Amino acid sequence: MNRVVITGIGVVSPVGCGLNEFWSALVDGRSGIRAIENIPTERLSTRIAAQVLDFDPNTHFEPRRVSQFDRFSQFAVVAARAAVRDAGLEIDEELALEIATIIGTGAGGHVTIDDSYLKLYGENAAKVHPLTIPRMMVNAAASQVSMDLGLKGPTFTTATACASGTHAIGQAFHMVRLGQAPVAIAGGTEASLTVGTLKAWEALRILSNDTCRPFSKNRSGLVLGEGAAILVLESRERAVARGAPIYAELRGFGMSADAVDLISPDPDGAARAIRSALSDARANPEDVDYVNAHGTGTMLNDRTETKALRSVFGKHADKLAVSSNKGVLAHGLGCAGALEAAATALALHSQIVPPTANYEEKDPECDLDVVPNVARQTPIRSAISNSFAFGGLNAVLVLGRA
Amino acid sequence: MDVLYEVKQIIAKQARVPVDQLTADSRLEALGIESIDVIEIVFAIEEKFGVTLPFNANESAVAEFETIGKVADAVKAVVGEKAAS
Repeated sequence: MNRVVITGIGVVSPVGCGLNEFWSALVDGRSGIRAIENIPTERLSTRIAAQVLDFDPNTHFEPRRVSQFDRFSQFAVVAARAAVRDAGLEIDEELALEIATIIGTGAGGHVTIDDSYLKLYGENAAKVHPLTIPRMMVNAAASQVSMDLGLKGPTFTTATACASGTHAIGQAFHMVRLGQAPVAIAGGTEASLTVGTLKAWEALRILSNDTCRPFSKNRSGLVLGEGAAILVLESRERAVARGAPIYAELRGFGMSADAVDLISPDPDGAARAIRSALSDARANPEDVDYVNAHGTGTMLNDRTETKALRSVFGKHADKLAVSSNKGVLAHGLGCAGALEAAATALALHSQIVPPTANYEEKDPECDLDVVPNVARQTPIRSAISNSFAFGGLNAVLVLGRA
Repeated sequence: MDVLYEVKQIIAKQARVPVDQLTADSRLEALGIESIDVIEIVFAIEEKFGVTLPFNANESAVAEFETIGKVADAVKAVVGEKAAS
């Protein structure tokens, strides 16, 4: 079995599209949550989100091709290009045939769907845009990445709501580990901030109207985000042979289903995914120093995640640094796990734990060391990154120092 | 409109129990109502009465709507506000 390493990272995020901007915002706890722009908000009761604002598709795509892309595919392609560039990966004919491309997304092309329904039902238009279907299909991002970079190997989409990006990276990790692909381009993308989708989230009554405060007693719910993160994974042997930079090693991946409730998370399901990931990595709980939490900032998730971590890590739980990136990035749904895996790799690379931003009040039900507001330089040997999706689908990655 | 009567109808439908078995003291939990049901109940009430209930699943636990009477009280508070304005 191959050891698998991360050699390239590309992000499109609410706090910037460069890796340095992204990482410095996370370390400084500088939040990308702001008043919603570019979307009519008169009918919304929640008017905050973490949007990707400095993104002009016309600077990334030929103007005559832009109409082929939904926003979620644009994000994925731009992040994938950046990741490949970052890895210094030369893709020749032979390698192109073998690279796996696995891109997670929760929603697919919601901007396209929203636009077409507005025309159809709102404006009584007789027709919608001819590329509505190929733009909105949930695999469009994976297809666009493969076409843009000329990747001809196994290519598909994982769709597990808030765990989509994590499932994609985990699957890609297993393929490279087993030698099914020498290199994988994997991550997640999401761009579902539309009036229709925001109204649907409002109806669930779990959105915050001020900001996202993971693990803080006065947390008031989740805030929606968007973006993409794509990683380049390859065998350690290959990376070392070509002298590639290595951010971190991917060591394990675990999955589980709660099989309990459509929206409420379950501590047992989460704990089973964490245990399975540690076992896949052949790691002991004591080997882990940092947990990049799912930490959505809802009452229930943060309490449930704390319980799950305590049940897996026992006494060692009090030695863990646990932080959520969602105070800064909000909840990017299908891209959240990928942005957070990127953050976890950068934490291992720099040996800095990014803080839980916007933290204000201790909650006895979230009594782990959540690294409130201030980053921490500390030895990190191994870390886990948690994603727990609606529908009770859980995915956890174990990463180690390169 | 009889608020308690309407609330009973809505909850009976969600819990799939005959409405005549419900009283103001019926506990939602005892009817097998879970948090996901509460979201649907709140929605049905809002549609029926044309109001918005200040319900956030993060803050307002199911406990706040412990009994049918408490749900009716919450609705009356908002319906009253609407009538007064």
